[in-house]
Amino acid sequence: MLSETERQLIDDELKHAFTAQSACVEALLIVQRSRGYVSDEALEEVAAQLGMSSAELESIATFYNLIFRRPMGRHVIHVCDGISCWVTGGKRVGEHVQERLGIRPGETTQDGAFTLLPADCMGVCDRAPAMIIDRTVYGPLSEEEVDRILDEARSDA
Amino acid sequence: MIEARPLTEAMRPDGLALSLEEYEKAGGYRAARKMLKEMAPEEVVSLVKDAGLMGRGGAGFLTGLKWSLTSPAGESPGPRFLIANGDEMEPGTFKDRYLMEGNPHQLIEGMICAAFAIRATDAFIFIRDHYFEAQERVRRAIAEAYAKGYLGKRIFGSDYSLELHFHGSAGRYICGEETALISALEGARPVPRSKPPFPGVAGLFGRPTVVNNVETLCNVPHIVENGPVWFRDLSRTAQGGTKIFGVSGRVKKPGLWELPMGTTIRETIFEHAGGMLDGYSFRGVLPGGGSTDFLVEQHLDTPMDYENIQKAGSRFGTATMIVLDDRACPVGFVGNLMKFFAQQSCGWCTPCREGLPWLARLLFRIDRGEGSEEDIEILAEHTSKIWIGKTYCALAPGAIEPLQSALTYFRDDFTQHVQQKRCPWS
Repeated sequence: MLSETERQLIDDELKHAFTAQSACVEALLIVQRSRGYVSDEALEEVAAQLGMSSAELESIATFYNLIFRRPMGRHVIHVCDGISCWVTGGKRVGEHVQERLGIRPGETTQDGAFTLLPADCMGVCDRAPAMIIDRTVYGPLSEEEVDRILDEARSDA
Repeated sequence: MIEARPLTEAMRPDGLALSLEEYEKAGGYRAARKMLKEMAPEEVVSLVKDAGLMGRGGAGFLTGLKWSLTSPAGESPGPRFLIANGDEMEPGTFKDRYLMEGNPHQLIEGMICAAFAIRATDAFIFIRDHYFEAQERVRRAIAEAYAKGYLGKRIFGSDYSLELHFHGSAGRYICGEETALISALEGARPVPRSKPPFPGVAGLFGRPTVVNNVETLCNVPHIVENGPVWFRDLSRTAQGGTKIFGVSGRVKKPGLWELPMGTTIRETIFEHAGGMLDGYSFRGVLPGGGSTDFLVEQHLDTPMDYENIQKAGSRFGTATMIVLDDRACPVGFVGNLMKFFAQQSCGWCTPCREGLPWLARLLFRIDRGEGSEEDIEILAEHTSKIWIGKTYCALAPGAIEPLQSALTYFRDDFTQHVQQKRCPWS
């Protein structure tokens, strides 16, 4: 069930939206910010609040790369797979992250600390190869650098 | 020629955003104030037309002309919209992030000028997902501008009112296509729409709408303030202005620089970006982002503007270059891009939805050493089949550009993979 706060934040969006539907991406992001992802039940409730069918809202939610429809770890890691990162050795960095965490892209570590996601060019090409953990950009990365960052992130996970 | 860097010279050296006070101290909001006091909307359109400002998002359409193609307000009473396209997801492109993070008020002032020119009632700033910092700074700047009365009702005490809305997106390349972006703002599944009708006639919520790139809009206050002759004089070629150029790849100093339009590729890569890293040499460059054709050694002295880059066989695009060095595999390079475009296809038209994944699979097969000469032929054949006029929008033709030029300049590398049955770089 949507929390009172989530419902209120969505209502606030609706106040200055041109149409209820035009607030749908922000409404999904509001839910995601508070619980890490958008569950089926939450999606249905958001759809009802916006006066949309849940099928239509689902077609929009799944269209965007960063609306998560499955539970995420406490930290979400995006290793950039953009061309500038690829050409500067990003593939090796990505493989190293996978080895260190023992998971493949799309998976979450057993302790629930990290979810690893592939990412399209994140627009930090001057810091390639790069990754983003939650909202922090790291780069240019070496394998040692990755180890240090992951240890640090795990200690406050 | 005038040596000036109007878009970036006021920015702080520490990379923080200019506050409203700092921006005003550097001359900010002077153009918008003067414009609202002294000018008519048509005069602003004329200034920008005379300046010859071309869209900085990639397509290079004349901004003033785009504005003049909106339905006249008198014929179509009701809301009208301006949209700043900050959905910067072109691979290898990061220039709009720099402008939004470093000087968000410049964008807002540009939007006030552009909105007034097209008599917009409401404006939107659309910013991509991963630009957390840019999103936060732009939101803060919007709040500052509202608090001072620079947005909202009767801006600067004039008769003109403008509401500015913020939209944070959730990650999909196709949203950068202007009609898909309009669908996204309506809360619909963001697939491109057929044109005509063009957005200037029927755009957001069916109303006259102009979509301009962030960098394009940032230029507008400077044109209003200094005039079209000044703007043209900033350039080394016939196409006016400065441009944010970028370089990424195996170079010594990857980054962004505001340089005169017409700066050569050689100067940008070998002076501003410091040249190639030791042990690497230059093989090729995508001059304007991931969806542009490779240029090679022989093109290094080409002045970077829309016309000259097109003559050289590529596109000016976003002018953020991605360098291919001699130790990176061209097949893998193009494969990485093709995979991106295949994933980002909205799925609306068949050549893009089915064709791009197929080309990506072929490229990776060749890259693994499992491809044949026939596979290379199939790749070549499809560069003309998945092309402008055969697809719904420009996404798939954009995906073809690096491939077709790689087949021209690096054909031997493809053949080597087939003959040696492995990637020579692995």
